Amino acid sequence: MTDFQSIFWNYWIAIIVIGGIVAMTLLLMSQGVVKLKKGENADVTGHKWDGDLEEYNNPLPGWWVMMFYMTIVFSVVYLVLYPGIWGGVWKWTSSNQYGKEVVQADSKYQLLYDKYSKMPIASISKNQDAMDMGKRLYLTYCIQCHGADARGAKGFPNLTDGEWLHGGTPEKILETIANGRHGQMPAFGAVFGEEKVKDAANYVLQLAGKPRNELRASRGAETFKQVCVACHGVEGKGNQDLGAPNLTDNNWLYGGSEAVIIETITNGRSNVMPAWKEFLGDAKVHLLAGYVYGLSNKEKAK
Amino acid sequence: MSKKLRDIPVTVIQDDGEYEEIHLYSKHKKIYPRWVNGLFNRWRILFVVITQLFFYGMPWIQMNGRQALLFNLNEHIFYIYGFVFLPQDFIYLTALLLASAIGLFAWTTAGGRLWCGYACPQTVYTEIFLWIEKWVEGDRMARIKLDTAPLSARKIRLKVSKHSIWILLSLWTGFTFVGYFTPIVDLWAEASRFNLSAWETFWVCFYGFATYGNAGWMREQVCKYMCPYARFQSTMFDADTLIISYDAERGDPRGSRKKGTDYKAAGLGDCIDCTVCVQVCPVGIDIRDGLQYECIGCAACIDACDEIMDKMQYPRGLIRYTTENALEHKYPERDIIKKITRPRVMMYVLVLIIILGITVGSLAMRKPIKVNISRDRVAMVREADDGWLENSYRLQIQNADEKAHSYIITTDGLPNSRTIVEGSGQIFVEATASQDIGVRVQVEPGKAGPGGHEMHFIITATDNPAITAREKSSFIGR
Repeated sequence: MTDFQSIFWNYWIAIIVIGGIVAMTLLLMSQGVVKLKKGENADVTGHKWDGDLEEYNNPLPGWWVMMFYMTIVFSVVYLVLYPGIWGGVWKWTSSNQYGKEVVQADSKYQLLYDKYSKMPIASISKNQDAMDMGKRLYLTYCIQCHGADARGAKGFPNLTDGEWLHGGTPEKILETIANGRHGQMPAFGAVFGEEKVKDAANYVLQLAGKPRNELRASRGAETFKQVCVACHGVEGKGNQDLGAPNLTDNNWLYGGSEAVIIETITNGRSNVMPAWKEFLGDAKVHLLAGYVYGLSNKEKAK
Repeated sequence: MSKKLRDIPVTVIQDDGEYEEIHLYSKHKKIYPRWVNGLFNRWRILFVVITQLFFYGMPWIQMNGRQALLFNLNEHIFYIYGFVFLPQDFIYLTALLLASAIGLFAWTTAGGRLWCGYACPQTVYTEIFLWIEKWVEGDRMARIKLDTAPLSARKIRLKVSKHSIWILLSLWTGFTFVGYFTPIVDLWAEASRFNLSAWETFWVCFYGFATYGNAGWMREQVCKYMCPYARFQSTMFDADTLIISYDAERGDPRGSRKKGTDYKAAGLGDCIDCTVCVQVCPVGIDIRDGLQYECIGCAACIDACDEIMDKMQYPRGLIRYTTENALEHKYPERDIIKKITRPRVMMYVLVLIIILGITVGSLAMRKPIKVNISRDRVAMVREADDGWLENSYRLQIQNADEKAHSYIITTDGLPNSRTIVEGSGQIFVEATASQDIGVRVQVEPGKAGPGGHEMHFIITATDNPAITAREKSSFIGR
């Protein structure tokens, strides 16, 4: 927009606008009467088609030209009230108006959210109206990553299965949505070397109870005990404080085939859930937490 | 067309001998149409009564426990008798507008400005307002006298009462109009307690003002300067279109005479130059100058002239419905009716029949359910816990019926698949509401190769298998 910061453009527009209005007014005033020689016929326009077809010079009604004058008056009033040549008396700007409308909408909807922001998250998940509101929020803000049915995708956790990286208590869910998460697994490719990675991957397959190469798995167990326990725990059950996944539940964020596990160990993973607190505000985050909690617990009940 | 040019009224501002200055805009001259009796006026009264009985009465008629005809803009639901239309049915509005336009074209080509003269709201309300005006102030001469008379108690009384009746009727018209968009019974309950919302009040007053302004003040100005149809109707005319015309051969030369004298010997035509045809004209033209664009085809001059001809004991029809070709004796008057079947009219009628046929057919086959399917775009295909390939969809089910239904969802065209519907598997949707529901479709591993597989969702109401929708979608395998 810096192209239009110079005062020149302001004058440029002002001259065109004011000049246009003045010129239009003068044109309109000058075209009200016509001088004719005595006896000259003004009944037809003087155009002729096909030899004898003439056009009547039907005068416009007076109120028609009055309407034209009214449009000119309107434009002058508009230029005084609204930004056109200068800021305008009403100091209107589109961002002001937007701001006003946002405040208006907030004051209107805040009441709805406030009704639930005092309600415990566990009770929100049992309240149909709150869940419907939560669903609409979810379908607006969360659907892009976690999917319309909240079952996630590769790299985006499934929210309905009751398995949690960072914990599934109402407080933890609220914390996750409000502050975001950054799940990281370091890359061990360079440290372990290719063979050792393969061994470790086969041990992970064993933890999950999937088909594997037993020899490699038993070798991988050693590596696991030395390195991986730090985050995934002795039994490979993961650690929700760190966001380290449970490796025994056959529930995979990136996939559970040997190739994918090798890729994970070799290159590591880095996964971000954004923080929503700033953007959505506490009340909406609270409601969303209730909705997500409801999702996972509905699945459990089945 | 007569060869004589019409006089354009001009205002001379100043005259300095050699030149004169002339105003290019015409001052509005008030027209005082004289009351007329006759066949065509009775037709017009009939049309006024029919259209206004419909307009003022329709909103009050109830059906299925709601207003029979209601365009609820707030909730985007249009109740039209037995049908419930939603914004997705916009195509029917298109069809209605198309049919109206083509119908108007057919009508115009065959019969000229019949719509303008008898059924157009501008004509109808002007007519009603004129009745009121005549009832309060008297007929043409009395009105002219009253307007030119100096201000007096009687003049004030008449003007005030006329405008009061006009304004009351206009407000009622505005109120009725709003009643097509808001349930009129509730609207009346609110209005009688002076409890209308700001917007409702605004629209009632807006349409009321439009009625009052157009029918009370603007009148013929609307037809002459504003109406787009009046601008382009002439393009639908041909030499066989019915027009209202003065028979110059029979009428000219004009002149007054005593009743019963042998005027033909005196070299006169049938026209006695009484100017009643000009006095009754609502747009203030002289039909004897030939067909003019201002003429709205109301046939008031026919009624007026026939009355005079009867009095003079001359044959009727000096001014009559005829066609350009008949006037030029290309065929006898009685053959005018045969010309209705000319190709130009028939083409319009054919198009009209096609449009109406398609509309009626599609309305008959219409199911009161609409379904929108969107595949979840987060994961094209994913593996379920047991290794089945899974696609996820959101179905938005819109119940266009007037009672609530539960629906079941099945799929078709995907072998070895299963369909898992969120929740209880049945979707309950309130009347005229919509509900969206997540559906997962799973296919046995290896049974769906890479790429899209066409399949259909079938959504059926549990209580009425006739209400069913079949929507195409695709399953992406790998």
